[in-house]
Amino acid sequence: MKLNELTMTQLKAKFDDGQATASAAVADVLSAIEAGQKYNAYITVCEADTLFARAERIDKARISGAPLGALAGVPIAIKDNMCMKGVRTTAGSRMLENFIAPYDATVVERLEAAGAIIVGKTNLDEFAMGSSNETSFFGPVKNPRDSETIPGGSSGGSAAAVAANLCSAALGSDTGGSVRQPASHTGTVGLKPTYGRVSRFGLIAFASSLDQIGPMTKSVEDAALLLEAIAGHDPRDATSVDRAVPAFQSFVAMGVEGMRLGIPREYFEAEAGVDPDVLANVRGAIQKLEEAGATIVDISLPHTEYAVATYYLIATAEASSNLARYDGVRYGYRADEAKTLLEMYERTRAEGFGDEIKRRIMLGTFVLSTGYYDAYYRKAQQVRTLISQDFDRAFSKVDAIVTPTAPSAAFRFGQKSADPLQMYLEDIYTISCNLAGLPGISVPCGTNKAGLPTGLQMLAPRFEEATLFRVAGQCERSLA
Amino acid sequence: MEISREQVLHIARLARLRLGEDEVAGFQKDLNSILGYVDKLRELDTTGVEPTTHAVPIDGVLREDVADQRLSPDAILGNAPQKQEGYFRVPKVVED
Repeated sequence: MKLNELTMTQLKAKFDDGQATASAAVADVLSAIEAGQKYNAYITVCEADTLFARAERIDKARISGAPLGALAGVPIAIKDNMCMKGVRTTAGSRMLENFIAPYDATVVERLEAAGAIIVGKTNLDEFAMGSSNETSFFGPVKNPRDSETIPGGSSGGSAAAVAANLCSAALGSDTGGSVRQPASHTGTVGLKPTYGRVSRFGLIAFASSLDQIGPMTKSVEDAALLLEAIAGHDPRDATSVDRAVPAFQSFVAMGVEGMRLGIPREYFEAEAGVDPDVLANVRGAIQKLEEAGATIVDISLPHTEYAVATYYLIATAEASSNLARYDGVRYGYRADEAKTLLEMYERTRAEGFGDEIKRRIMLGTFVLSTGYYDAYYRKAQQVRTLISQDFDRAFSKVDAIVTPTAPSAAFRFGQKSADPLQMYLEDIYTISCNLAGLPGISVPCGTNKAGLPTGLQMLAPRFEEATLFRVAGQCERSLA
Repeated sequence: MEISREQVLHIARLARLRLGEDEVAGFQKDLNSILGYVDKLRELDTTGVEPTTHAVPIDGVLREDVADQRLSPDAILGNAPQKQEGYFRVPKVVED
């Protein structure tokens, strides 16, 4: 077996036994990336010389018995909306096509401090706005499970890179499901941590009250390992929370005996539009969790049907404000030969942003504008409170909530891109988690009739990722 | 509500986006379709409900007011589309 096909945990064991070196792991990943170019998963692959030099340093340190980090020698990919010093960071946009990040994101610093080898920057929907990876300026990513279908989005490049073994693990970012939904569509594991658990410093902002960086991996244990490496307080992100980071890996094998798992009836109703194959797989998994000792509890999240509307008002309002910085003055694209400053702003933004970005900036600008703020933006913030309270009530009765991740398996290119609203409804099960700031994980849960993977999502109270790892670990064992 | 063509042009101006003629019509249609959908929030009585700005309450995070040199002026100007003598250069703002 090639080293790139192993989970991070398996690869680490091989390093420890002296059966593999970081240099060999990098070589296997680079050959796989070369052979897997058809997926368009990466926007930038780091220089081979730099990667091998780093790998050799780690191999030498290991031989000499020097202390090594938890991820020493592991090849990891990061979504191209995270800044890495001296490396192009595009956010999948023409606006940042040639932007060289002058500093490292905190997650990059932490990965490197743990000894990881960052092999490249993965493709994404432009500025992480999309659910299918079709909005990237660098072209869509293809789903390694079926290249006629989308990989999900917006972290589709990271998901494809993990699924096709073009890295050992990856980081994505999740604003409304952008880690969990592509994980579901590619048969991988994707975790969105609690809001504030992972620093957003150096993450190119989309919607700041919703964005979180999370692991995308081949196993639940890997997700726990990667979260341990990147989590924790960062004074450079005022929204990062000062709280101890548990040893998450220790929870993965603990089982679900005695746990109470809530099944929200609104997610399983006919009008939710969920595919029958997805429903059957999720019901099967719930039965396995019950057999493993969990108590299944019927619960209600009554404001579920308002989540997509609430999200698209809040996320676009925040995006319109965050993306105001792209004005052609300090970095990024600038329109040629503008006569006035206003013309330069307007043409730079017209030429630098793609359609979906403009659509969301327009909607966000409208809902924040005089006369409409209270009716739309403030109203959405109030409904956000009601959605959060639904979860608070549910978690007084259950330890975690189990749902489908996406309403169907991966769809075909172009199937939903003509109708923005249809695309937004793709996030129906993942969005509430971001609005309430909860942690959520998606694990593979069978396939549909066409053989495409479907996912199971678990949600837990804020800062209870440990609970997610217990349930997700049990699912992984029970469904194997 | 229905957004008019004039409103689309007004929003585009606020957002500093120069739109082509076909884009104006396209965004008018899209925005009306999306606003038609989000109007379902009106079904809910939210009188007295506190708005949520952040799911995890954090307020008043302060730090010492100490200058640092994490980024040099050269690093900051490194991505500038146009620069001159340590400044970002833009089209002339003041009339002669």
